[in-house]
Amino acid sequence: MIAHTHPYPAIEVKALSKSYGEVRALDGISFEVGRGELFGLIGPDGAGKTTLFRLLTTLIAPDQGSASVDGLDILADYRRIRQRVGYMPGRFSLYPDLTVEENLAFFAALFDVKVRDNYDLIAPIYRQIEPFRTRRTDKLSGGMKQKLALCCALIHRPSVLFLDEPTTGVDAVSRNEFWDILFNLKAKGISILISTPYMDEANCCDRVALINEGKILEINTPQAIVEGFGETLYALSGEDMFGLLEAARRDKEVRRCYPFGETHHLLTSPGFDPRRFAEALTATGFCGVSVRPVEAGIEDVFIKRMGNG
Amino acid sequence: MDDRVISVKDLCKDFGTFRAVDRITFDVHRGEIFGFLGANGAGKTTAMRMLCGLSYPTAGSGTVAGFDVMTQGEAIKRHIGYMSQRFSLYEDLTVWENIRLYAGIYGMTRRQILRRTAELLDRLHFRDEIHTRVGRLPLGWKQKLAFSVATIHCPEVVFLDEPTGGVDPVTRRQIWELIYEAAAGGTTIFVTTHYMDEAEYCSRVSIMVDGQIRALGSPGELKTKFAVQTMDEVFRMLAREAKRGE
Repeated sequence: MIAHTHPYPAIEVKALSKSYGEVRALDGISFEVGRGELFGLIGPDGAGKTTLFRLLTTLIAPDQGSASVDGLDILADYRRIRQRVGYMPGRFSLYPDLTVEENLAFFAALFDVKVRDNYDLIAPIYRQIEPFRTRRTDKLSGGMKQKLALCCALIHRPSVLFLDEPTTGVDAVSRNEFWDILFNLKAKGISILISTPYMDEANCCDRVALINEGKILEINTPQAIVEGFGETLYALSGEDMFGLLEAARRDKEVRRCYPFGETHHLLTSPGFDPRRFAEALTATGFCGVSVRPVEAGIEDVFIKRMGNG
Repeated sequence: MDDRVISVKDLCKDFGTFRAVDRITFDVHRGEIFGFLGANGAGKTTAMRMLCGLSYPTAGSGTVAGFDVMTQGEAIKRHIGYMSQRFSLYEDLTVWENIRLYAGIYGMTRRQILRRTAELLDRLHFRDEIHTRVGRLPLGWKQKLAFSVATIHCPEVVFLDEPTGGVDPVTRRQIWELIYEAAAGGTTIFVTTHYMDEAEYCSRVSIMVDGQIRALGSPGELKTKFAVQTMDEVFRMLAREAKRGE
């Protein structure tokens, strides 16, 4: 997964902090992204993900701490970093009044390359929007804009690719397609740092950092994060789900209860007995009550870490 | 008694030769949480705009909150609540100023505004933040406030366009509990989302593909019909059939 032939990691972040006025956007975070790694930053809006991207792409300077990209320091070597990285910001930022092919040619010119130089890299993506190559960019659909933005970010064959929430507001099927594209880029040796608010996308990454309110809650492989949940999680279901939620919260042995799709998930005290609990609910009039252990997911871990539960 | 808050039949919207919404027919009943799902480009936004009185259908018939979708867009707008994913509150106004502005737009009296504001602040535990600028609130708080403001005038139906997009998993659930509470109080909820676990929280869901409603029913019914375990699988099966590009 992580090749050791390169002397530097793709990204190295050490105790990085950044504040805007009183708001501490990033609070002393540290992590490393290996060569060829697909690394995910998983967290809600306001967690500090975009600030981190702007620091690493040298658009803003940190208050404290240091970071390097491709072995280059984000302050001392910012010009060289800019030549080596590809950045797809969260907000669409291509020129709306240029056509698809004009935008592509423009970005190629900025990086002093020809579109054909690295065409092999973008071809699988660009072919999907090529039928619209003479269309103005502001007349494209959301999905096509996203693909064009990715092509423009790849035009100079960057060694590290930064993708800030590329799948936000995108439906489940299109999100899958986008991840397939990323797996192909990773196979070509590009290191990728991607952020997403969708917890389920963590499983597509080699490693992830769970990030909230400027701090990293945990860094590991998705599997290790889930395995580290550290207690039995129960799923509660039955008729009248809203009533069950309130009833479960009144139980002394239930530390936490929250909706989770078609069930509610329960964090419990050591004395919790699922059978007694189900019987007690049934005795108070609930029908079809089921309480069974389930495997925790990334979202459960995130909720637990957020609430110190 | 007719408890249909939304009732539309064969609603269409054409843009030139392109049929964005293709004969959709459904009813939404009082107190229901109706999930309106679909892939990007399926026609959800266009359909929702017609239901909110923001654009008139090309063909079809129906009512929202008792008003005709073909002719009474202005009346519909006054009788519904609406919350968009972003920009639904003014960031440089305080919590109280935002509430007063929206309540005033909906024609509430000063007495009504004060009473509803007190209720709202208690429910959200927002009392200490009444004079805080909305821009300084965390996103999760903003979304909870936006939902409460969208329902401040006790509308018959509130339209929520991705109310939980981008918020953390704890706040996401708190917003759903507000939705549950409002529905239990008789407010009808019409909601879009890209989170398929949230489809499970709806009384019924519809799934749009290529401008048409291809599936409609309770999450349980749809999972049985498509012989799958989760709404995510139902959605994927239908969305994959889409022929229309985005």
